[in-house]
Amino acid sequence: MEAASVPGGDRALLVRSPLARLPDRALKYGLTGLAALILALIVYFFVRLVGQAQPAFAHSGVIGFAFDNNWNPSAGRFGALPLIVGTLITSALALIIGVPVAVAAALYTTELCPSRLRTPLTVLVELLAAVPSVVYGLWGIFFLAPKLRGPEQWVADRLSFIPFFGGGIVTIPNCFITGLVLAIMILPIVSAISREVMSTVPADQKEAALGLGATRWEMIRIAVLPYCRSGIVGGAMLGLGRAIGETIAVTILIGNSPKLVEHLFGQSYSLAAVIANEFGEATGTHRSALFAAGLVLFVLTLLVNGVARFFVIRAGRAAGPRRAEEHSSGGGAILAADTVAGA
Amino acid sequence: MSTPPPRPALLERLTVSPSRRRRDRLARGTIAAGTAIALIPLVLIVYYLLKKGLGSWSTDFFTTDPTGNTFFKTSSIGGIKSAILGTIEMVALASAISIPLGIGVAVWLVEYGRTTRFAQAVRFFVDVLTGVPSILFGLFVFIVLVIGTGSTYAGYKGSIALSLLMLPVVIRSAEVILLLVPAGVRESALALGAPRWRVIFRIVLPTALPGMITGVLLAVARAAGETAPLLFTAASTHKTTTDLGAFMNSLPVQIYSDVTSPTASVVNRAWGAALTLVGLILLLNLLARLVSRRSRLA
Repeated sequence: MEAASVPGGDRALLVRSPLARLPDRALKYGLTGLAALILALIVYFFVRLVGQAQPAFAHSGVIGFAFDNNWNPSAGRFGALPLIVGTLITSALALIIGVPVAVAAALYTTELCPSRLRTPLTVLVELLAAVPSVVYGLWGIFFLAPKLRGPEQWVADRLSFIPFFGGGIVTIPNCFITGLVLAIMILPIVSAISREVMSTVPADQKEAALGLGATRWEMIRIAVLPYCRSGIVGGAMLGLGRAIGETIAVTILIGNSPKLVEHLFGQSYSLAAVIANEFGEATGTHRSALFAAGLVLFVLTLLVNGVARFFVIRAGRAAGPRRAEEHSSGGGAILAADTVAGA
Repeated sequence: MSTPPPRPALLERLTVSPSRRRRDRLARGTIAAGTAIALIPLVLIVYYLLKKGLGSWSTDFFTTDPTGNTFFKTSSIGGIKSAILGTIEMVALASAISIPLGIGVAVWLVEYGRTTRFAQAVRFFVDVLTGVPSILFGLFVFIVLVIGTGSTYAGYKGSIALSLLMLPVVIRSAEVILLLVPAGVRESALALGAPRWRVIFRIVLPTALPGMITGVLLAVARAAGETAPLLFTAASTHKTTTDLGAFMNSLPVQIYSDVTSPTASVVNRAWGAALTLVGLILLLNLLARLVSRRSRLA
């Protein structure tokens, strides 16, 4: 045809000169290098941390370090079991207290509250994430701990027949207060992820439940909660990761006494707190033992966060086929996590 | 007057039985109560911060350095000038490092890496960075820049620790916004013959700018409140300095060291500093929200 013979099909005219292509190349490889740098940085960090922790592991053995109940730097004993147990118990407390409240807040804002309250409530809960850790510590030690001492002692006396609860004297910084403050600190992130997942519940499923005569609560129970289980678990795990790694508030509140947790209202220690508290004066094997504590903390948070991402992404996939274009592989919930992380 | 017709049996069935209604009320009440409980700490914290913090605010408070004389019960303990300036300087340097790096990685992820295996690996590692406890960034910088160089603490080392902390937040938020830039806009520019780098700098980044500012401000707010990464990198000092190569004070570290003091006036300084810090962070958050409201994307 006529059009085929029109000059201009000459591709050479369209190709840019090598010089003009230079900025493109530079940008592409520069940015790729930058991305590779992030990967290299983390690997490098891990290797260096292991290197610094090596003397402590050589001193106590890896098993001895993780499972010996004896942290006594001045005597050269570095058994981190009390620190690990203290970390896990306070974090578990944070989950037990924080997750139900966070899920309730998420349910209320997505399903029950009048629509004009929705944004203010969301913003208010997320403001909790804006308060710095050290301010939580300050508030916890000078307000919360003294105010709750009476009730705690009452509970400790009444429930002394339950092993872990009672008998002891309530000290001013203690495990329970630490867990409570951690619960407040993880509330925004657990709530944000739960809310994000709840908003992906298909409206027709909820309407179907209501149409069959379910009450609002029955609708929540049969349509919303089963659909969100995976996302809520993921959110809780991300919260757990936060609680495990939380440093300053815990250092102020936990009492920094390196013994196994005896009862809920006694003092303890955590992996992050031991680093914050002792690193300044530590030398030699002691410093190395603190790097080892950091390594244990690193591995612990990696595991917890890995599991959390798995659950959150699975929750996103469940919503995937329906709303693939809006929520690709849990992106919404993960974004929620990162936004709250920043808030 | 005729008697009303008997109600059809079906409606009878549709009404909710008292026990179900009771359970519904109870559950909804519990959920609402849970929400109220979630808000109590916020109210208490804000109330206490204002009550204790405003009391210790004065002009001297902002214009003098902490003296270190923490055992006097008078005002000779000094204010928080060095802490405020230190926080501003270190966070500014941290932002100058992490914002270009973070946005660069985000642009790479969206424009070049996309869904390649390498890009997925980078995304995974950025997620890993998000979950790393902040004190570990402090340890990392300590290993590399304090042990590694055989020197001591310095303000810029604190900035680097903070920038590592900000990086994942900047990357993830920028990536999400960049993904929202319509593919059509890019394709039109490419079809008109614009080279890729021009498309990125002239089309994609300006479109995404307001949204990215939101993420950046949230990252800055996060960095401003962090204590743990600064403890073993910038340390603490009392005097005001603009030299990022020297020890540097910061608001969170000042609060942390004041909390442990047995002297009431020093603890009061901690409350005043905490109110200043929270005010600063809330301001950044507010700005972030205002900017995101003006964004055309998202």
